[in-house]
Amino acid sequence: MKYMKQLCIIMAVAFAGEVLKALLPFPIPASIYGLVLMLVLLISKVLPLSAVEETADFLVSIMPVMFIPAAVGLLDAWVDLKPVLVPVTAIMVLTTVIVMVVTGRLTQFFMGLQHRREGK
Amino acid sequence: MNNMISISSFFGVALSLFAYMIGLALQKKFKKGIFNPLLISILLVIAALLITGIDYRSYNVSASYLGYLLTPTTICLAIPLYRRLDQLKKNFWAIIGGITAGAVTSMGSVFLLCLAFGLDHTMYATLLPKSITTAIGMGISEEFGGVVTITVAVIILTGVLGNIICQAVCKLAGITDPVAKGIAIGSSSHAIGTTKAMEIGETEGAMSSLSIAVSGIITVLLASFFAGLI
Repeated sequence: MKYMKQLCIIMAVAFAGEVLKALLPFPIPASIYGLVLMLVLLISKVLPLSAVEETADFLVSIMPVMFIPAAVGLLDAWVDLKPVLVPVTAIMVLTTVIVMVVTGRLTQFFMGLQHRREGK
Repeated sequence: MNNMISISSFFGVALSLFAYMIGLALQKKFKKGIFNPLLISILLVIAALLITGIDYRSYNVSASYLGYLLTPTTICLAIPLYRRLDQLKKNFWAIIGGITAGAVTSMGSVFLLCLAFGLDHTMYATLLPKSITTAIGMGISEEFGGVVTITVAVIILTGVLGNIICQAVCKLAGITDPVAKGIAIGSSSHAIGTTKAMEIGETEGAMSSLSIAVSGIITVLLASFFAGLI
């Protein structure tokens, strides 16, 4: 019963996300509307954590498996990918390193600023 | 047999789960970033399909049910985010600033590099969400006319790459603070990078999971601006 109730709530929030996507004009996927809605429900204590926790943790823990079918779809996308393989690989490697370095250094810098201001 | 597979509702799901279990077992045995369970399972499924001659569409008849779960599961990312709310509150502005800078840097560098390589709008839209979690990235790619299958592949490869190189990159770049390290890993290589952040430390893991959701939202908010550039 507990898991059924949790799954029911999660699916209901997913449906609400779909409804929001249909109603609102922004290019935001239903999953993001649902994520924000779920967070608001939890923070406002409308939903206690216990109403979704175990099922949510289970779904998040098997999340990597859900990416397999789409990634295997690369078999079909190979025709499109092949002509741009070199630039795509270069862009992928370069941006990953750049983003990691810039984000980490800036976060560290901002934390220093924030704590110095709070220290005063 | 082939006919049975192409109408089965379960074959693709079973094959995917089995391949992932092999991936997990290999990772446990060798404990190296390169033995990423997700990468291994993808390669195993591709190999299995190529060897047996089963086409992708037959496999995907049933495997697509796994993709069905992505929306509810992305919504469930709100739960770890809620659990780390205290850490988020304590460093709120630094974290939001860092993740926003990360999202802008990611899309900005993709824009500049696409320009440098002379890629068209389709490839640009395909690569734009490369640093964020697959569930959100797929949506953005689709929304702006990218090739979703390539987006997924690039996102996953980005995650695996981040997982392998993050410790060395953080060390070389002088990123020593656990919160900053977590934000850097989560912002650049989403969930797959996060598994490595969890290994490095609890704070790193928490901050990295936080970045997955926040970076996704910020990227969604800024993507329509960036998508119009090429």
